[in-house]
Amino acid sequence: MKTESQLKKVLAAGHFAVTAECGPPKGADPEAIVKKGRILKGFVDSVNVTDNQTGVVRLSSLAACVLLRQEGLDPVFQMVVRDRNRIALQSDILGASALGIRNILCLSGDHQSFGNQAQALGVFDLDSIQLIQTARRMRDEAQIIGGEVLTSPPELFVGAAANPFADPFFYRVIRLAKKVKAGAEFIQTQCIYNMDRFKDWMTQVRDRGLHEKVHILGGITPLKSARMAEYMKKQVAGMDIPEALISRMKSVSPKEQRKEGLKISIETIRALKEMEGIHGIHIMAIEWEEAVPQIVEEAGLLPRSINV
Amino acid sequence: MITAERKPLDEIIAMISPYKKVLVAGCGSCVAECVAGGEKEVGLLASALRMDARMTTRELETREITLERQCVYEFIDQLTGLIDQYDAVLSLACGAGVQAVAEVFPNIPILPALNTSFLGQTKEAGLWLENCRGCGDCRLHLFADICPVTRCAKQIFNGPCGGSQEGQCEVNPDTPCAWDLIITRLEERGQLDLLEEVYAPADWSKKQGAGPRKIIREDQQN
Repeated sequence: MKTESQLKKVLAAGHFAVTAECGPPKGADPEAIVKKGRILKGFVDSVNVTDNQTGVVRLSSLAACVLLRQEGLDPVFQMVVRDRNRIALQSDILGASALGIRNILCLSGDHQSFGNQAQALGVFDLDSIQLIQTARRMRDEAQIIGGEVLTSPPELFVGAAANPFADPFFYRVIRLAKKVKAGAEFIQTQCIYNMDRFKDWMTQVRDRGLHEKVHILGGITPLKSARMAEYMKKQVAGMDIPEALISRMKSVSPKEQRKEGLKISIETIRALKEMEGIHGIHIMAIEWEEAVPQIVEEAGLLPRSINV
Repeated sequence: MITAERKPLDEIIAMISPYKKVLVAGCGSCVAECVAGGEKEVGLLASALRMDARMTTRELETREITLERQCVYEFIDQLTGLIDQYDAVLSLACGAGVQAVAEVFPNIPILPALNTSFLGQTKEAGLWLENCRGCGDCRLHLFADICPVTRCAKQIFNGPCGGSQEGQCEVNPDTPCAWDLIITRLEERGQLDLLEEVYAPADWSKKQGAGPRKIIREDQQN
């Protein structure tokens, strides 16, 4: 049976897509990732598997994708350019395709100095935009970098990330345009908390007609507590959490804060559903996968068993 | 210029400990500019070593000399006839200078007194910044004369990454984001169109792909 990207099918059919992040464990136990996958199954179209996120050594993204594939999920293989040169990146793209993985997300990757291997050499042979271009050329022209022809091309749906909240703001849409020009077919955004700024960015996206060229999935991370919100605002670069949102989290008792965080996420999703050019959401419930089914259900995004 | 910093004194003392007669050799070019290995630093280091030897009742004779360049044969040749009188040379040159001197005098240990760092500029008194990696494929004109290979922590040709905030790099908040500088200057120059370009992967073989590099200029050879 021919494997196809469920994410691609859902988006191509014009449905509002739902994906969720799934972080591999800091160990070799396959059960840890399978368990997370089972929580998400039936509530998402695809699961997005992080690649040694924050520079911390974890079970490999590709291996975790295969384990999730075996569970009947449609994995998105995240690839960062921090740890592999162009030989390894292209080789893993072919390997992923051979193993039935049908989506990749091309990223720079968090700098190694933030992780638990700060003395590592950062590779950065390609950058994320060059990786998008490389993956597309491999798929569409069956060519690797330098023009050599592949015996058979990989089958891939190629994605990238966008951060509307980094600086300088006017440049963020140019960067998205570059990713689209390089061949990105879907975009996963940074977590959206500052809706005003996100709307401004989307206006620029529509002004350039980019929303018709690429499927944009809005990033959602439910806040667990007011403390988490404050920590993210201060410590995570490129994260924009308005004071009003932090005050809102603080206005409820600590016991109720998780519930409030979920409520905020659901409100954000409802707003995104109405926004022209947003074709889905990407939920990054960091080590809180149990929250995903509830968010998806309460946001009115069930059932997910979309036959397209 | 090539920048360097002097090794800690303890390390240098340990390095010279097997030798009684040490020639302390400075280099008057790059490392003099970055106040690590010029004539003045040679004098200071040699006197610190002699003082330490006196305090520890160790025998040590030093002589100081500073060559204009330790990486060019015609200057290294000034050591001929002198170097044989010493057990070792303590070189305050960059790694290239140390190796060049050792190649001319292979039987005498040339000890490195400096840690060689990077190609950089003197930004202000006491501040040197790395701004060139010697990648062998200069494209500065496309990036408003700010090198993304050297000055971006992820050497991104199509930057910036998502970690650029308020003009600073997430990796080191004291360092300006190279891409923020590039964008600002391109805007000032009215060259923002250059930002829309998708730049191809670099040819790193020009940097380090085939081991040590060499430049051959037949027109300069005798």
